[in-house]
Amino acid sequence: MPDVSVNGSPARVPAGHTVADLLRAATGSPAPRGVAVALNGTVVRRADWPTTGLSEGDRVEVLTAKQGG
Amino acid sequence: MWQLAGQQLGSRLILGTGGAGSPQALERAIVASGTELVTVALRRIDAGGPGGLLDVIERCGVRVLPNTAGCYTATEAVKLAHLAREAFETGWVKLEVIGDERTLLPDAVELLAATEQLVADGFTVLPYTNDDPVLARRLADAGAAAVMPAGAPIGSGLGITNPHHIRLIRQSVEVPVVLDAGIGTASDAALAMELGCDAVLLASAVTRAADPAGMAEAMRYAVAAGRLAYESGRIPKRFYALASTVDEGRPEL
Repeated sequence: MPDVSVNGSPARVPAGHTVADLLRAATGSPAPRGVAVALNGTVVRRADWPTTGLSEGDRVEVLTAKQGG
Repeated sequence: MWQLAGQQLGSRLILGTGGAGSPQALERAIVASGTELVTVALRRIDAGGPGGLLDVIERCGVRVLPNTAGCYTATEAVKLAHLAREAFETGWVKLEVIGDERTLLPDAVELLAATEQLVADGFTVLPYTNDDPVLARRLADAGAAAVMPAGAPIGSGLGITNPHHIRLIRQSVEVPVVLDAGIGTASDAALAMELGCDAVLLASAVTRAADPAGMAEAMRYAVAAGRLAYESGRIPKRFYALASTVDEGRPEL
């Protein structure tokens, strides 16, 4: 059960949890539209979400469109 | 019609979505503005999902231009641009690299570095820049698809504080010049176009107006009128009057 950080908040995820699993839990979809993911500051390509596992201490950022100039 | 990075656009108004009071108000403003391109930011997702901003944009049938708002270094801005490309499936980016918290004016050194990197990474880079003709040329030389000088600080509504430099920028680069930031009201947008800018990008002037849809419509006409005036050749300014009615045939009374 690795301890990770998701958008700055601590989270404990099941062993073997992937980025796609995390997105399913957060948004209801493993591949939500208009979303990007950074793992430890580096972009994770959409195609790699189902195969990118989370490890102890990982920092995940899940981003989407917000109003902005 | 005009061209931005090989794309034909009918409207010379680019609308920023920041500051709108509600998705409904934003949608009415987008429609009233006649724009074909709107900016969005990339931020942490809310609990419950991505939200409806992209739905609003899709319903309006306009293109998305992601920005890198809030970045203070080239490294940060480059990463955010890559994330935006992943999220929105577009290689276009409004590149913002801010150098000062109070004025939100660009950091020239970081901006040029980020432009060089993102051009190398295959992006269509539209940098938000200072009203500096030399920097504008450096950005264009680095491969920027347009340069977007500030008329005044973001959200200030001060208009175009250095019109002469905007005109100089228009002369120093081949790529489109988009006046970005500082517009307060319709006459500011018209002036930008009369100075020779190819387009205007504005957000707060519309989204924070008492009636956003009304101001969006005003901006639509201002940009069109300013461009038409620019193309039509204004009269020279004179110190004294020049009668438009001929003196010949004036009666003796």
